[in-house]
Amino acid sequence: MAELEAGSISMAAGGGGRLRNALSGMLCAFALLLIGVLAFSIRLFSVIKYESVIHEFDPYFNYRVTQFLSKSGIYEFWNWFDDRTWYPLGRVIGGTVYPGLTLTAGTIWWLLNSLNIPLSVETVCVFTAPIFSANASWATYLLTKEAKGHGAGLMAATILAMVPSYISRSVAGSYDNEAVAIFALIFTFYLYVKTLNTGSLFYATLNALSYFYMVCSWGGYTFIINLIPMHVLLCIVTGRYSSRLYVAYAPLVVLGTLLAALVPVVGFNAVLTSEHFASFLVFIILHVVALVYYIKGLLTPRLFKVAMTFVLTVGLALCLAVVAILAALVASSPTKGWSGRSLSLLDPTYASKYIPIIASVSEHQPPTWPSYFMAINVLAFLVPAGIISCFLPLSDASSFLVLYLVTSVYFSGVMVRLMLVLAPAVCILSGIALSEAFNVLTRSMKFQRPISDDTLPTAGDSTPGSSSTATITTSTKNANIKKEKMGTISKERSSKKSRKETELVGSSPVRPEKEEKLCVLPSEASAMGILFLIMLCGLYVIHCVWAAAEAYSAPSIVLTSRSHDGLHVYDDFRESYAWLRHNTEVDDKVASWWDYGYQTTAMANRTVIVDNNTWNNTHIATVGTAMSSPEKGAWEIFNSLDVKYVLVVFGGLIGYPSDDINKFLWMVRIGGGEFPHIKEQDYLRDGNYRVDAQGTPTMLNCLMYKLCYYRFAETDGKGFDRARRYEIGRKHFKLTHFEEVFTTQHWMVRIYKLKPQKNRVRGKLKLKLKSSSKTSLMRKGAGKKNPWQ
Amino acid sequence: SQAAQAAEDGIRVLSAEKRIDLTGPIVKVFLTLKVQNTATGADASHVLIAFTPAEADHLAIVKATRAEGKRKKKTYIPLPVSPADPATAAPNGARLYSISLPTPLKPTDTTTVEVFYVLTHSLEPFPAEITQSESQLVYYRDSAVLLSPYHVQEQGTYVKTPSSRVESFTRVDPTSRSGPDVKYGAYGNQLPYAYSPIILHYENNHAFAVVEELVRKVEISHWGNVQVTEHYKLKHGGAKHKGVFSRLEYQARQSISGASSFKNLLARLPPRVHSVYYRDEIGNISSSHLRSDSYKSELEIEPRYPLFGGWHCTFTIGYGMPLQDFLFESADGRRFANLTFGCPLLNTVVDNLTIKVVLPEGSKSPQAVVPFETEQHLETSYSYLDVVGRTTVVIKKKNVVGEHNVPFQVYYEFSPIFMLAEPLMLVTAVLLFFAACIVYLHTDLSIAKSQASS
Repeated sequence: MAELEAGSISMAAGGGGRLRNALSGMLCAFALLLIGVLAFSIRLFSVIKYESVIHEFDPYFNYRVTQFLSKSGIYEFWNWFDDRTWYPLGRVIGGTVYPGLTLTAGTIWWLLNSLNIPLSVETVCVFTAPIFSANASWATYLLTKEAKGHGAGLMAATILAMVPSYISRSVAGSYDNEAVAIFALIFTFYLYVKTLNTGSLFYATLNALSYFYMVCSWGGYTFIINLIPMHVLLCIVTGRYSSRLYVAYAPLVVLGTLLAALVPVVGFNAVLTSEHFASFLVFIILHVVALVYYIKGLLTPRLFKVAMTFVLTVGLALCLAVVAILAALVASSPTKGWSGRSLSLLDPTYASKYIPIIASVSEHQPPTWPSYFMAINVLAFLVPAGIISCFLPLSDASSFLVLYLVTSVYFSGVMVRLMLVLAPAVCILSGIALSEAFNVLTRSMKFQRPISDDTLPTAGDSTPGSSSTATITTSTKNANIKKEKMGTISKERSSKKSRKETELVGSSPVRPEKEEKLCVLPSEASAMGILFLIMLCGLYVIHCVWAAAEAYSAPSIVLTSRSHDGLHVYDDFRESYAWLRHNTEVDDKVASWWDYGYQTTAMANRTVIVDNNTWNNTHIATVGTAMSSPEKGAWEIFNSLDVKYVLVVFGGLIGYPSDDINKFLWMVRIGGGEFPHIKEQDYLRDGNYRVDAQGTPTMLNCLMYKLCYYRFAETDGKGFDRARRYEIGRKHFKLTHFEEVFTTQHWMVRIYKLKPQKNRVRGKLKLKLKSSSKTSLMRKGAGKKNPWQ
Repeated sequence: SQAAQAAEDGIRVLSAEKRIDLTGPIVKVFLTLKVQNTATGADASHVLIAFTPAEADHLAIVKATRAEGKRKKKTYIPLPVSPADPATAAPNGARLYSISLPTPLKPTDTTTVEVFYVLTHSLEPFPAEITQSESQLVYYRDSAVLLSPYHVQEQGTYVKTPSSRVESFTRVDPTSRSGPDVKYGAYGNQLPYAYSPIILHYENNHAFAVVEELVRKVEISHWGNVQVTEHYKLKHGGAKHKGVFSRLEYQARQSISGASSFKNLLARLPPRVHSVYYRDEIGNISSSHLRSDSYKSELEIEPRYPLFGGWHCTFTIGYGMPLQDFLFESADGRRFANLTFGCPLLNTVVDNLTIKVVLPEGSKSPQAVVPFETEQHLETSYSYLDVVGRTTVVIKKKNVVGEHNVPFQVYYEFSPIFMLAEPLMLVTAVLLFFAACIVYLHTDLSIAKSQASS
């Protein structure tokens, strides 16, 4: 890598240097290509081990939206009112969805199809995430290169290509917003740092566009629009204000906000909500500082002092007034102008106190220590070294990286999900650390010989365990760092233009005559160090491959278990969805807990009451209440919602733990939050949640219990629940208002139909009711009019 | 006048034997006719057989053979069968099919013609809706005597049902029943177009698998592969399932619960198939087994859920086959693909079959040769990097049964130079990309010369 840098730097040298430069460029490009291939292919475990299928829950929604987009076109997509979900409310998809991912996959699909490459929408969706992971590792290379040069860039890109935390969200089939958003995030940061380094308005514009793409892709864009202002503020406070900083920030805020407001789901939120407040505040501060610098340049120091005192007094008064008004405005809103999810980030206890829906999602829980180790593995140990290395010569770029790391560490500590934002920062800093360490170690191996000539003891090495130091000549690394300090690095492209720019800088960077002090270790120690680092990298690679192959490749709609007689596949979810799709009326409504809403609409193509886009708490609470009510009450609630089928997920027969019985307490909590007659205490025996003989009568009588365990005891005679490992409390009971219409092979999904109201009528009317009309509503009407009743 | 017309032919049926096989979901009828030309002067060149309008609508295939030789040296010569001239109208809308005899029947000569025909959708479930624990009963309607435009001197009808559970059957004396077999006749001297309706009500728990729509796409690539993709829309055509489906009952008491339902199907594919897949619109269906030997490959598939009466499902089967097994060169220099018609699923009825044979890009003057009447037209389809599109022969047929699984040929002209079109296109694209890169690197697009040059 040192050679590589040397090659790329010695541009001004003669023909040989030029050839060398071209060669190193080729090598770099080749390495990047391989990194891209690595990033893509490590995510294919899921396709090879399972199949090319969309994973989990949210991706199914995105897939369905993409299907609609590819079928109906972009204008229909913006106006799409989806009546298949949130019945009877519906949902305006075009205005409530982050369209970036969908549009990206839709464009790829359209492009391929216009080239007559007949790939299905599903295939494109499955492979979008791996493709964008490759893009993300290239973006990481660019970002790191801006801060610490090619070597660190390649290292960081390699690490990011296989970091488990990112793999967990971007395996083939995991067609979720985060898959493209992480690329957009890193690329936006790269363009920001690039603008900061060059001061070029061209990159500033690109930066705004990239920010726009990020806004389109993910709600996490607020992280960018808060992190960059923080960095700008940091630069100003530490006296690093420059015109480059202005160019990097001001256009981003103006253009970025305008563009963000174009995205329907953001709209006026881009100026109204508190998430964006920091950016405008810093925007003002930046202008004040720019003005101050400008005036400072105009006035003599004495006059400047006078002006300062004047401006300060007036300005402070004004500022106080403005701040007071703003504070009053913000305080008038109940959530202080923050959205629930953002607020739960700032106050980790907020969600569990006020919004059970957010708290009920496992990925919104704070992570445990093992999950850090799982997600970033050995990188956790390399990061501190990376931070030190960033501080050795602190540039704008490296300070940005450090700030990025620190903030994302905090956020990942609040929510498991945001570990994803942490991953790139960790990868970049570990890449820097590794690259620097390798640099020092290989250099000390290479320049071992001159040690005898002249030794000068100096301290300060980024590698742990550095003991001896020495001076050497011709340090390409130092020259490189020096250049970065000057903020004139612009050599990522060997076009004529940039070559000229480099010449413009005028500092031909390689000066063989210049002597610099550098640290050199004894060769044994450095050999040991290299060996140790390679071992560490090996461990990391092994862990990543294991994580990609074993931990994150399961699509969660298909379960497998390995027993002594081979692999067993549990494909019950799709069995039930396929049954619904083909054997019910097209307009039937299916009620289930919201987890299965997206899958039901996408795979079964039936209308659902609630889905994973948990925007309406009351509606979800209604379903929760119905599930926790006794049969008759539940029937009335479902009947009023036009529901014809109720779907429950039950893991008791095969021991699948994340079934509806285990989620049931959340239904009670969310239902009870809106309808106070549902009390959590009624379902708990001495504070314990149980469905065995100790279970409370309310629990053993509620709809969820009955639908899950209907005729379950007859399977083995005892009713032993394998998911909870005890015998169930109530074994033999009849259903009066529901009838079983389908149960999958392993009983994982059970579908019940609401019985018509006829079961109150005896004898003489049976025949008439049998021939009554199809919809339950009409039946109800007929029943009411009945004079004999 | 019709009777007179038939009499003019001068043909008499000396003896007729009708064997009706009701054991499966489709009705198979074997007819043995011993006919004599009683005319004084004219040779008879064809023999007519008659069907009721309902039968004619459900008639999938009619085959006729003529037995030649005696006893052990008996050979059967297939005879062409075609709908008779519609001008020869029969009473009550009966439809006539004409069997042409290759050697005309001379006066007073006799010959034996064997007819085989298949009726689909002719078993009516009754009761029309059954619960999970009931078994399926069906009606079959026919005539005790042979419907024929000729005088029939002696005849008998034999019906075979799958089990001895026959709820009821019409008696037309003499009628006898032993176990699963019901025998009508013998009857003597019936007039032309005699008809004596009978109804059989019996148990039939066979899989009433009906493929409502089957689209088979056969893509021929001269690079060595024939890719077949088959989209099925399957339905259980028997008595509709009513009320509760209890998995417990289904799993615990398999023999009596869901007797008429089916959960697996067998597809017979050509030998040496490779990359077989079985999936539906939401992904792979993992329950399938492939067994193959050198004569055939058998793919056993299970739909995602057992099919009860009236339940639907859709799925797709795809496989590749080696080109050399199917593509040949004919004597006139044209190529022809020798493919199998019909549906590879055994014991199913296909209501609408569409076969699309996608010929390689650049092939000309395609011609499909199918041994029975089909609807055909040409299409252009586009696939990987096509520019002019691939000529596609579309063959459609309604009411297809297993007897239609016979070879058919698609002839076309193709020049191998077209095989190079797409590789050359790719090479050109890559070359152009490199050229563009070179041009970009060697041109300076900046408007103002930077000061560095000064």
